[in-house]
Parts: sequence; structure tokens; C-alpha cells
Amino acid sequence: MRWRTRTIEHERHRPRRPGSGAAAASTARPPVTTGAAADGAPPAVTVEGVYKVFGRRHAEAVRRLRQGATRDDVKALGTAAVVDASFEVRRGEIFVVMGLSGSGKSTLIRMLNGLWTPTSGRVLLGGEELSAVDAKQLRQLRRTRVSMVFQHFALLPHRSVLDNAAYPLEIQGVDKTERRARATEALALVGLEGWESSFPSQLSGGMRQRVGLARALAADTDVLLMDEAFSALDPLIRREMQEQLLDLQQSLGKTIVFITHDLNEAMHLGDRIAVMRAGEIVQIGTAEEILSEPADDYVARFVADVDRTRVLTASSVMERPTAVVPMAGGPRLASRTMREAQVSAAFVVDRTRALVGIVRDADVVAAIEQGKDTLEGIVEDGVAPVSTDTPLAEVFAPAAESPVPVPVVDERGRLVGVVPRVTLLEAMIPVEAADPATKEVPA
Amino acid sequence: MSDTFVPRLPLGDWVESFVDWVTGAWRPFFSVVKDVLVGVYDGLDWVLSTPPFWVVALVLAVVALLAKGWRLAVGTVVGLVVVAGLGQWDNAMDTLALVVVASVIALVVAVPLGIWAARDDRVSAIVRPVLDLMQTMPAFVYLIPTVVIFLTGAVPGIVATVIFALAPGVRFTELGIRQVDAEVVEAGHAFGATPGRILRQIQLPLALPTIMAGVNQVIMLALSMVVIAGMVGADGLGKDVVAALQRVNVALGFEAGLAVVILAIYLDRVTSALSGRAKVAKARARA
Repeated sequence: MRWRTRTIEHERHRPRRPGSGAAAASTARPPVTTGAAADGAPPAVTVEGVYKVFGRRHAEAVRRLRQGATRDDVKALGTAAVVDASFEVRRGEIFVVMGLSGSGKSTLIRMLNGLWTPTSGRVLLGGEELSAVDAKQLRQLRRTRVSMVFQHFALLPHRSVLDNAAYPLEIQGVDKTERRARATEALALVGLEGWESSFPSQLSGGMRQRVGLARALAADTDVLLMDEAFSALDPLIRREMQEQLLDLQQSLGKTIVFITHDLNEAMHLGDRIAVMRAGEIVQIGTAEEILSEPADDYVARFVADVDRTRVLTASSVMERPTAVVPMAGGPRLASRTMREAQVSAAFVVDRTRALVGIVRDADVVAAIEQGKDTLEGIVEDGVAPVSTDTPLAEVFAPAAESPVPVPVVDERGRLVGVVPRVTLLEAMIPVEAADPATKEVPA
Repeated sequence: MSDTFVPRLPLGDWVESFVDWVTGAWRPFFSVVKDVLVGVYDGLDWVLSTPPFWVVALVLAVVALLAKGWRLAVGTVVGLVVVAGLGQWDNAMDTLALVVVASVIALVVAVPLGIWAARDDRVSAIVRPVLDLMQTMPAFVYLIPTVVIFLTGAVPGIVATVIFALAPGVRFTELGIRQVDAEVVEAGHAFGATPGRILRQIQLPLALPTIMAGVNQVIMLALSMVVIAGMVGADGLGKDVVAALQRVNVALGFEAGLAVVILAIYLDRVTSALSGRAKVAKARARA
């Protein structure tokens, strides 16, 4: 019998982010879509049934979209940039909105800080509804709650790096000494010490975007909107910036909404990913969910050429170990277990199910012949176990060397599954679109 | 006399009666305008004409030095010595005063109008054809009502010049502000800046090089109007050009004309140097 563990915790397991991996990889829970934190605080961002149509007859366009008209049907009435978007962004998560150009993702992110007003639907920022506040309150919300990083950096060319980073604080009315001190701090966070008095034109693209990031961090808001923030950078710098963002997110605990058209970037950064097409969100889920259970053909085709081994983790493909014997069980139990499972080696676990090692059939038979009633002395170390959040790319090497499936252990060393070589190879094959009836797309 | 079968459109008559009405009904207003303009023009003219030639020339050379560099300063001194040598110094100062007064008034009107047009598409849609009309209508035509209203002298010359030179000031300001990177303006909004702060700290500084190019154009157009202003009796180089034309005096025409050219080159080089000195232009050049 085969079971697949889906990673449905709030956060995807990621080796780089110790402590973020949720424990119970084996407890099957339905995907959480309500997003309310355990302490009852509202989600960082809530989007409810949001439509955005540009054009004179936008209201009628929304009405017809609600009745099931497609984006093309209402073309004469206006351009439907966002169609019925609903999601919640939890505090402290990186929520990636991914889609090709024209999919409406940039319009969507601009509704999260009120740069655009939804034609219909509600946007809440930490429980505060954006369309319900006046212009002055909206400016106040932008100053204190949400900041933004732009694709082409959007720095002020006539101001120094320091004054650029300090600009949000200047708008907030922070006095000069303090805002310079805080901006210097923010610049240090992104690794730009010593560049304070330079001008943006003197910096490389990557450094300019660091200034953009420092500016957003200096504003010290909980929510950070990043609009294709790394798309204008060359690949190496982009990778570097992604790592830096993950580090910063881990140490500062910001809620980040990240827009990208790059699937690999989305998979790398996102705790959860919303895939957009033609203004609609077609799937929301973790990178693994989207890879292993694409909601439709579009998503399936989209993810077909992703390097799955870097996204899928051991826990997403592991199977139930068939031959496990307790340390206290003795050689006869081990022999029977192996015979039933038709394998030549079995995993040995202690009382807490922590992996001790493996025993081989020949050793067990020898032990029975010698009349021993314990497995002491014949347990081998076997292959080094991998953790649940190890990317599959790193499972290949142990799998190649091991006579038994690669054991997968949780953070307490307990055996939670195994990855047989055949499973590993099978996981490389792109998955067909899931049956629409079972797709896990929050409505 | 017409064989087009289109009834004669009495547009000219309407405009004439409108001007007549304006002249009558707004006489007190126009007399105040006239007094103010005469005062400002005479004052500036006095400042430029009273000191000895070399003092004014030195001051203008220092301005050139600060705006661009020593080469323009030397060129300024040479050019002004030539103007003085042609016996056109007083005329040149009259003309300079007229150009400066008209340009300042034109910019005071044009820049805010350009900002408004950049922020409001409807204003832009209304302003644009009006500017087209103002710029393409033969400049002499403005002289007729201004002479009716202000009689002769420097004031009708200034008013006609302002109208004629206004257009590029509005256009360049609007263009400059509209060309400011939308993402940077968006950044201002995203961090909670007020529209006034965005205008002051983002739009105007970033549009400044373009606005300065507009200032340059306004001054050049104002200078090109001096000859026409001369026709209504404004003192200056234009008056000599008109006189030379009437008397078919090649020598006088060339001398006055050359003085206009020298003045034009000076004003153009100084104002275009100023647009390169905008903070944004400097920051960009630093790369």
C-alpha cells in the first residue's frame, strides 16, 4: 500500500530555515484556507472576491463576470485584470503570486496597498478594510503597515542612497537624526554599509534593488509587497538576492507578498504560491502541492519543466516502511517481518520509533541459529537517514549507495518513511493534471 | 465676390466686437496691468542701462561663468564688446529687459498650467489646442488687440510676447512631469506621501531638466518677438530692425540683427547650461 505525504503545514520545510519545518509530516489535515492565526489575530492580508476591471463600464463587466462570462466576453466593457480573487496571507509567510505577464498579478498587488481600488470585493490589511478608509487614513496605513519594493527599483535619482532609504521615514515625519540612523541600519541589513553617500546611478542593478529593499525595511512595516522585485536582475545576482530575502525574512519575520513570473523563483521563495492566469487565481498551494497535484492542465504545463528534485522534498514522495522491527523484538520477529515483506534487510527502531539502524537477513538467520534472542550486535548503521525536508536532489546519492530504501526521519530522529529508488525515479516524471474533483484550490 | 456659395462667416466682426467690449468693460483692469508692466519694465531697464557698459558686461560674464564655465564667460565678454562696438548697447539692454520681463511672466503662468495639465487629462485636452492656436497664429495678429488695449510702447510688446512665448513653457512642463517614471511616483504613493510632497520631492525635481529646456524655449521665442515688438514702438533692437526695413538700410539692419543673434546665443547657452545643472541631471551624469 502506498501513501503520499502531502506537506500541508503552514510552512514548507526548508533546510535553510531551521525551526520553520512543521513536525507532523504524517498527519493528514485538509489544507488550511482560513488562515487565521492560532492566537486569533487577523491574517496579515485578506482578499475577498476581488475584481478589477479597467474601463468605463466596469460595473457591468463585473456583473457579467459573476454570471460566468469569461474575460474575453467582457472585452467590450473593459479590461478585466483581476477576476474573483480570494486568498489570505498569514503573518510571517512568504506568499508568492505567480503568473505570466498580463495575468493580473501586478494589478492584484497594487490593490493590497490601495494604489488601485478594487472594482468589487474587499481587501483587508490586518483586519482594516482599505476601501473603507479615506485618503488620509489610507496614507497613514501605507506609512505604517505596508511597504513596497519595485521591479525597476523606483529610487529617487537625485538623492543619496542614505536619503533614499530614509525616504519613508521622512514621509512618516521622523526627525533627521533618527531617520538617518534607522536608514543606516536598514542599509547594513542588506549589506550596503559604506555606500550611504553614493547616488543610485553609481550602483549596479543588484545594489540598487538592495537600496529598494532597505527603503522598504526602514519603513518598518509588517507587510512587504514585492513587485517582480528581482526580475530585472541577472540570474546570479537574483539568486543572491533571493537568499538574502529568505535570511531577512527569517530574522525579521515580515509578511511578504512576492510577485513573480519566474516559477523557479516562486518555488524557491514561496511558503505558498498562488498561480494566476488571465486574471484568475487557478491554484493556491505549497510548491510541492502545485508540482505534484496541479489543479489543471495550465498549471501542469507550467510546472512541467521545473527541476522537481529541488522543490519536492523527501516527505512528499516517501512511502510507509514495510520492514520495521523494534529493537526489543528479537531475531525471530525480524526474520518473519522480512519474509512477509519479501526484503533482505529491515529497519530497526527503538521504543520511540527512533531509527537505530538496519539488520540484514543473513545476520538475523545466523543469530537465530546461535540461539540469540536479541538484535544487539547485528544492527548496522546502514545508510544515513535524510530528513523530511531534504530536497530530492540530495536523496539521490544515499539512494545509489544503499541496499535498502533511504530512511526518512523527522527532527527527533523517528523513522517516518522511506524513499525506495523506484519512487525517486518515478517522482521525476511530471504529474498529469489532478482530477478536478479532488483539486485543492480554495474557492 | 465669393463664388463658393458658403455664406460669409462674420468671425472677424465677432472678434472685433469682443475686443471692443473687453477694451471698454475692462479698462480699469488693463490700466492697472499697464502701470505694473511699465513699472517692472522700466525698473529692470534702469538697472541694466544705468551702470557703465563694462559693469553689466562683467556681471553677465560672471553669470555665464557660474552657469557653464570660463569659455562661455570669455565668449560673453567678446560678444557684448561687439554689441557695444556696433553702437547697439542701449538697444540691447532695452531688449534684454523686455525679454526677461516677458519670459518671467510667461513662466509664472506656464509652469503651474503645465503642472495642472499633467495631473488632469481634461485640462490637458483643453489646453493643448489653445496652445496650438497661440503658437501658430501669426504673431503680428496679437499686436492688433494689444495695441487697441495698451496703445503703443513696451507694454503691448510684452503682452504679445508673453502670449507667443507661453506655449513651450506649458508643453515642456506637462511633458516633463508626465515623463517622470511612473514607478517612482508610485513609490511615493506606496510609502504614504501626500500629492503635494510627491509633486515637490519627486515630480518637479525629476522633471526639472525638461522644464528647464522649456524655459530655454520660452526665452528664445520671447527674443524672436522683439522685432515684432519693435513695430509697436517698444524700444530696443527691434525698433532699429524695423527702421532699417522701412528705410532699406542694410547696414543698420545687419548691425541690429547681429546684436539680436549675440543676445540669443548668450541666453540660450546660459539657460541650457542651467538645465544640465539640475540635481537629477547631475546625479545621472555621475554614473
